[in-house]
Amino acid sequence: MSVADLFQAELKAVNLGLESFADNLRQRGVSVVQMDWRPPAGGNIAMIAALDRLALNPKIDIEAANAKAVQRMLKGKPMLVGVGIAKDVVPGMRPDLILHSGPPITWARMAGPMRGAVIGGLLYEGLAKTREEAEALAASGKITFEPCHHHGSVGPMAGIMTSKMPVWIFQNETYGNYSYATFNEGLGKVLRYGAFSAEVLDRLKWMETDLAPVMKKVLAAHGPVDMRGILAQVLQMGDEGHNRNRAGTSLMIREFAPYLVMLDEPKEKIAKILSFLHANDHFFLNLSMPACKCVVDAAAGIEGSTVITTMARNGTDFGIRLSGLGDQWFTGPAGIVEGLYLPGYTAADAAPDIGDSVITETAGIGGFAMAAAPAIVQFVGGVPQDAINFTKAMYEITLAESDFYKIPILDFRGTPTAIDVRLVVEKSILPVINTGIAHKEPGVGMVGAGLVKPPENCFQDALAAFAEEYTAT
Amino acid sequence: MKKVLVKKDSYFDSVFLMLLSKELKEGARVTDSIVAMGTPMNLELLASLAYTASDLAGITPNDLIVAVDCPDLAAADAAITAAEALLIRKKAPAEGAQAKPRSLGGALEQLPGANVAVISLPGAYAAREARKALERGLHVMLFSDNVSLEDEIALKTYAVSKGLLLMGPDCGTAIINGQPLCFANVVRRGPVGIVAASGTGLQEVSCLVDRFGSGVSQGIGTGGRDLKNEKVGGLTMLSGIQALAQDPITKTIVVVSKPPAKAVADKVVKALMATGKPCVVHFIGLEPASQQTPGVRWASNLEEAARMAVGQEVPAFDVEALVKRETSGMAKGQKYLRGYYTGGTLADEAWILLHKLTGAVYSNNQTDPKFVPPDPNRSIGHTVVDLGDDVFTVGRPHPMIDPSTRTDRVDAERGDAEIAVMLVDVVLGFGSHADPAGALIPSLLAAKEAAKKRGGYLSVVASVTGTEGDYQGLAGQKAKLEAAGVVVMPSNYQASVLAVKIVEKASAK
Repeated sequence: MSVADLFQAELKAVNLGLESFADNLRQRGVSVVQMDWRPPAGGNIAMIAALDRLALNPKIDIEAANAKAVQRMLKGKPMLVGVGIAKDVVPGMRPDLILHSGPPITWARMAGPMRGAVIGGLLYEGLAKTREEAEALAASGKITFEPCHHHGSVGPMAGIMTSKMPVWIFQNETYGNYSYATFNEGLGKVLRYGAFSAEVLDRLKWMETDLAPVMKKVLAAHGPVDMRGILAQVLQMGDEGHNRNRAGTSLMIREFAPYLVMLDEPKEKIAKILSFLHANDHFFLNLSMPACKCVVDAAAGIEGSTVITTMARNGTDFGIRLSGLGDQWFTGPAGIVEGLYLPGYTAADAAPDIGDSVITETAGIGGFAMAAAPAIVQFVGGVPQDAINFTKAMYEITLAESDFYKIPILDFRGTPTAIDVRLVVEKSILPVINTGIAHKEPGVGMVGAGLVKPPENCFQDALAAFAEEYTAT
Repeated sequence: MKKVLVKKDSYFDSVFLMLLSKELKEGARVTDSIVAMGTPMNLELLASLAYTASDLAGITPNDLIVAVDCPDLAAADAAITAAEALLIRKKAPAEGAQAKPRSLGGALEQLPGANVAVISLPGAYAAREARKALERGLHVMLFSDNVSLEDEIALKTYAVSKGLLLMGPDCGTAIINGQPLCFANVVRRGPVGIVAASGTGLQEVSCLVDRFGSGVSQGIGTGGRDLKNEKVGGLTMLSGIQALAQDPITKTIVVVSKPPAKAVADKVVKALMATGKPCVVHFIGLEPASQQTPGVRWASNLEEAARMAVGQEVPAFDVEALVKRETSGMAKGQKYLRGYYTGGTLADEAWILLHKLTGAVYSNNQTDPKFVPPDPNRSIGHTVVDLGDDVFTVGRPHPMIDPSTRTDRVDAERGDAEIAVMLVDVVLGFGSHADPAGALIPSLLAAKEAAKKRGGYLSVVASVTGTEGDYQGLAGQKAKLEAAGVVVMPSNYQASVLAVKIVEKASAK
């Protein structure tokens, strides 16, 4: 508004700094909002310089690049298209390759739960007969470890995928790319938390021989499932697609049930599958994750874009990748989750943050949609307003709002989507991540759930590298 | 001592139960507690923790179990009671406060249509935030100092290109749409528009306009470098003048500043003439220009600027009787004037006038290095000290906020037998101390008492910059000072004139 218009308007002020100036105006009846101002990038001179260089002297039109990335993220339409076996469908999958969650990591540096899951994976594949044999093989160098993310895949917790495992196949209908994830095994003693007992292996076998083939038939009968539509619904039913998946799992049962009962399968088999789905709220997690993955992947590799296209943890490191910096990972130490523990466990049992499930936050749901799932905040002893505040804070570090994923309590505002690393660093606002807590020892399983903060340095390192790449010297 | 409470068919969300368990454990004398639904897994867990099998018999997954382990039975009973209370507790509806926004974007969401950003951040960051506010189309009041000249020029150029007002940096005072920003007074709204490169100059003129029965449409601050530095070139001053020219409420435009760079002064006068409205200019310490400036009148002090703006002449004021009264008790050798100021422009108005009249006034603001006191903390001869100078504010608040800078100085110098008159300003308004007169009076009384003990009399002359609308209250502050034997003059100009006359008369003894 011009100065002349200002003189005709009602004064409305934003106050940055001394709060008494705001108090004085309030006393006079002026509408004023006091900002909780903090030094940009926590006062980190090198980061402020990098931000300013990018603002004043970029080699490329960053805003245009981001607009393209945002467009791709908003327009992506994830479809659940089928079920396959990893070695047949996942690009580059082979028997001596084990995929894991998070950024690249060696056997030597792997955390307890991931090691346990690797052992379980080798036993499942029949490459080892005992724990000891599996450990020796894993350490021998004959097995290659690579991130799921390098193979169009995502995995919760340890995220272990081996060649014989059945996987969900997703396709981004808009851009054509695919993504994959294993099936969720349920709660308690499960491979993704590092358990590898006979019970775990038996269940994996059952999933391979019974569950997956049946699901494949169901999908063939049902046809591709529009996961964007399902995710939009779950947000309106109190889920956020990461830590709370009760509505999502229920909706999938509704989708599948009519086709399931029509299959030419024994009743007992079908009933067992339905009970399995019913007993496992997180069945949906392994669907929401690859749905997010194929959407975010379409926004990766855009030259000059500061959008974060990967966040993932392997229990040792937390890592991110930027759209404009290709496959380069920026990592920091995986944090300890702040949350509540299941009966009998305490913080002393917790493993550091682990899993690819933070793909949901990367795509703008999960912690970013916490306002849609107020029940979750109790994990950190909060109140529903905290959930709203978490989501609102995420609008500060994202470039767009989802056209499909809406939050009822925020007047159906779209979820905050497309994290800009510049905003994260400048505002020192870290992405809010909802997550489960794994026991630090292999094989114990989930011990709690809560919120985790990623390490700030990986965002700063990514920004520094980006500024190096994209500003004129 | 282990105790188990079972509530049949009571479903609770597991998260709620985890919370409850945590709260119980935090209670006094609870070694451990588990609150969970009676699932087989949980029963197995309790059994493994050596809870008695009979306590756990017949429990189904629909039953709630509260199991506590305490040092003794009394503690266990208390814990079970506490758990029951927690289970039936009705939480007050969540009153989580709306979070303060961390960014400008967030602020604008909370206050749609915000039109001004008031920025008082450390200088190193202020320019960045000011730029962002301008990018968002907000006008900016930049209170912060220590903003580089390059940043100031870049910001002002950018603001002009967007048709926005950038007041500052180092702008302490503004009145926009009748609302005082930062250090400013509550003045009536009216036809006088002011653009000022000095904070207390704007305060004094706006308060006097109010006192003379008129009011202020807008009071725009420019920051001290706007006119003084040729590179800045009065960018804010010029856009302020232009805005007031277009403003239908503004009938008269007043410009107040320290003497600007010559080229800038010419631009300002030209801009004023182009407004077609009656204008008043006061460049502090500069004699009214001799050249013809149709429509632009030149005031020689702040009071005159205010008078001209409301169409009055400065009335002749006869102070002979006052001078006589104030000097009659003085001892031989009382000959010097000491001005202790909190307002920079008021200090300037005083020392410049007094230097002209006496030929020798020391001040830390003096332009002639001969008259800058060698030790800023000690007055010599006639001295007018601006206590808001950086020398005095390192590590402590501005003396308008914290009166001790001034009272310490008055206390330290009251033993000087050569002082005839102390001259002080009392600045009211937002930002200022809640009772500046009350804070100053004990030191003034002690100084008067010290002079009396030496067989003399100390005269104290003050002016109060403020209005009845200010939260400190003009009348009350004035009455307090007068009750303490202080002569309160209607303006800083008149106070300065009186002080000189007293000194002249005293030294003639």
